[in-house]
Amino acid sequence: MTSVELVGREFSVIGSRVPKYDALEKVLGEARYLLDLEMPGMLHAKILRSSHPHARLLSIDASKAARMPGVVDVITARDVRLNNLGYLKDNPPLKWGKVRSVRDEIAAVAAVDPETASEALHAIDVKYEPLPPVTDPVAALEPGAPLVHEELGTNRVNLDFGLSYGDVEAAFQRADVVVEGTYRTQYVAHTPGDTMGALAWVDAQGILNVYTNTQAPFLYQRWLAESLGIPAHRVRVIQPHIGGAFGRNLDVYPHDVITAALAMRTRRPVKLLFTRSEELQNAPTKQPLIARVRQGATRDGRLVAREVDAILDAGAYVGWGVFDARVMQYTVTGLYSVPAVRFRTTVVYTNNPSTAAMRSAGNSQITFAVESNMDELAERLGMDPVEFRLLNANRPNTVTPQGARITTCAMPEAIREAARRIGWRGRHSAGPHRGIGFACYFHVGGGARIYRSDGCGAIVKVDDFGGVIVSVGGTEIGEGLDTSIQLIVAEALGVPRDRVRVQINGDASMRLWDVGTHASRGTFVCGNAALRAALDARRQILEGASKILGAPPEDLEVVDGFVRSRTDPSKGMEYDKVVRRMHFFSGAQGRIVVASSFYEPPSEEPDERWHGNVSATYGFGCQAALVEVDPETGRVKVLRIVSAHDAGRVINPNGFEGQVQGGVAMGIGLALLEELHLSEGRVVNGSFEDYRLPRVTDIPEIDVVSVGEPDPEGPYGAKGVAEGPVIPVGPAIANAVADALGVRIRDLPITPEKIWRALALNVQ
Amino acid sequence: MKLRFTLNGSAVELDAEPWESLFDVLRNRLGIKSVKTALCEGSCSACGACTVLLDGRPIYSVMTPAYRADGRSITTLEGLSRGGELHPLQSAFIEAGAVQCGFCTPGMILAAKAYLDGGGGPDEGGIREAIRGNLCRCTGYVKIIEAIRRAAEALGGGKP
Repeated sequence: MTSVELVGREFSVIGSRVPKYDALEKVLGEARYLLDLEMPGMLHAKILRSSHPHARLLSIDASKAARMPGVVDVITARDVRLNNLGYLKDNPPLKWGKVRSVRDEIAAVAAVDPETASEALHAIDVKYEPLPPVTDPVAALEPGAPLVHEELGTNRVNLDFGLSYGDVEAAFQRADVVVEGTYRTQYVAHTPGDTMGALAWVDAQGILNVYTNTQAPFLYQRWLAESLGIPAHRVRVIQPHIGGAFGRNLDVYPHDVITAALAMRTRRPVKLLFTRSEELQNAPTKQPLIARVRQGATRDGRLVAREVDAILDAGAYVGWGVFDARVMQYTVTGLYSVPAVRFRTTVVYTNNPSTAAMRSAGNSQITFAVESNMDELAERLGMDPVEFRLLNANRPNTVTPQGARITTCAMPEAIREAARRIGWRGRHSAGPHRGIGFACYFHVGGGARIYRSDGCGAIVKVDDFGGVIVSVGGTEIGEGLDTSIQLIVAEALGVPRDRVRVQINGDASMRLWDVGTHASRGTFVCGNAALRAALDARRQILEGASKILGAPPEDLEVVDGFVRSRTDPSKGMEYDKVVRRMHFFSGAQGRIVVASSFYEPPSEEPDERWHGNVSATYGFGCQAALVEVDPETGRVKVLRIVSAHDAGRVINPNGFEGQVQGGVAMGIGLALLEELHLSEGRVVNGSFEDYRLPRVTDIPEIDVVSVGEPDPEGPYGAKGVAEGPVIPVGPAIANAVADALGVRIRDLPITPEKIWRALALNVQ
Repeated sequence: MKLRFTLNGSAVELDAEPWESLFDVLRNRLGIKSVKTALCEGSCSACGACTVLLDGRPIYSVMTPAYRADGRSITTLEGLSRGGELHPLQSAFIEAGAVQCGFCTPGMILAAKAYLDGGGGPDEGGIREAIRGNLCRCTGYVKIIEAIRRAAEALGGGKP
């Protein structure tokens, strides 16, 4: 059963405003994060990292550190055999021979407290032969540039995300207007409240247990075991409350492997937790982008061709950030209807930080480039930017050149709503020093098949006391998957919401597989798994009740926890009583109610031409920004954001709004405030004093709008929405600044200095 | 040195070193785990995770020497709900959807409590000012403002 059959039905809990499932323990201060976890006899680990962005490692002498009181273990690459990490297996957890970035791990210490561990790091003597670093991805491709991985003979990474559909040259010939521009996005830190780390110990059975704030526990289990060279069934992954992650925790990193190795060697619990400065200096960053965009349109405003050349700086080791290119592909080929598209990518090793996916995984970066260029194109055409977008908007039941099959799509409605609510009256009409800008997005809304399986498992158990326990493989990092699951199961079973307990996070070995919380897939994929398991449990209860009540199962329904006949009001029984009868009593079946389901969304892994329907459905939206710019200082103040989304049916309004508001805030950070400044690959603003996160005073009025209709594949019609809202903020603000001042900033963040310089140039 | 203070209404007596922070004493010696930290190691940048109330005023406990608590009264999130009854701010945070990952929640609620106890009302400007020193990476602050507004109305604050 899918939501289509349920359209028009009155829902009991779907779509109602309910508290977040774990809000109570959080407002009581009882939620426990990695920060809060301790074990008896626990040691603290610290990692010695490179003093140079690029150097040969001549020698490491840790003997003095090992003799220090309170130091229990010191390891270097010589002491432990660890397998390389990463998609290209280019990242040794402990480096030898040479270092390729200032974050490179050289040695690690386990000691009785963090202070002793830090002191011991200073006692480790490392001799380097510094090599010239290369920190500009373009310079890294020039002949004679220093080589980051010498054995490869080039800094060009052997990954190509390029694609081409339609006759792009002919299409550009046909275009009446072609506009080209180069756009840049910056280094950004995920930096949630919770910093990175792990707490590992080996139990009496010899199992390696790890407390981790990973977003992908089952991949973590596999990759950690592979790096340690132990069977994955000897690893147990446990997730505490996770204080935000935003894509940072989708991988296994050297510090995870090092912590586990120290626990295995010392046979004591070992905890490693980054301080904030370690976090900002050493955590993977959002993937920066340099993109040359060229788009062509006919005189009447039809987009005919789009070409994007992207340069992706991988840093010293290829992390998931580089694979942002796979998300960028779908926007290059699918945002608006464009028949001929080409995407070229150059991925480059440098001595810079390596990167991770961050909320939207490339889509905010590429949409900044494409949507800024769309506005420039509209202006050149002499068209209203709203009209131009409407004319080219994605429509339902269409297929993009890359093979994304768009089913439900309310992008035109989103554009109209955004324009109406922001009070759009055409260009340069928002008032003095004020401007309005628009940007849309196209994003996965039904999972994203970037791994061979995009599935999630769920188990629903109805116990003898009427307790409903649902366990899902998915991970709660604050997004509210727990609440969506509770609503879906309560609705499907027909029981009161407070009877449904959600088992999420905790011991992953007791849950069914899930690829991880990313790509806005939780409610859609895990929700579909929970829905199917709950419907199966309901069927079992109705079959049991049928025998007890003497009515055919199809005549029975469960309403507010009461099983009753639709035709004979005298026949009915509380569901928990039915369950007890099925289990214990006469005529019953000695059965208990338990159901499991594994939902694999009907999507395709892209083929060798990167062609394929990567998601079971897609999300759309449009955002309008009203800004005011101080022409003296160049300071941008965002006055109002309208954020309109097609997220299918909104099943959890508080959660939907929270994701949109939080995404907009993060987008404002990307657009105006946040940037990790690097000097020879080293972060020079590595504290919250110097790295500007959005504060409450940076947040304007945000008008959140839902324009979607129920999606036939979504659980009760829902589509994913967690990432969408962050995507169009940057370009909407850039377009608004251009509307206000007539100058365009093509690299993020849009700082007062950049505006001031652009205005000064304009005057000249 | 010997310190005596009131923690969530109960008398506490302990020996603290002069360099110990209030944060360390609360978390590591008294087991008050609701107090969070962004692990800024002394280079405070007003993230607000470690906020506690000292005689009703919000302070960053990481940046406060423990001896400052001597003879005074400390309130943490553990001290807000009494006998199973939630404080109106706690209820409002739940109902308004102001909690996502929850890491900033203890500091936010305490900053808001100081604001309301000091006579702050439901006006948005006042609320924004009150939580200016608390960072949240998840919510975009909108529902936090809404929760504080609701609590202010429930408590009838801000009226002359």
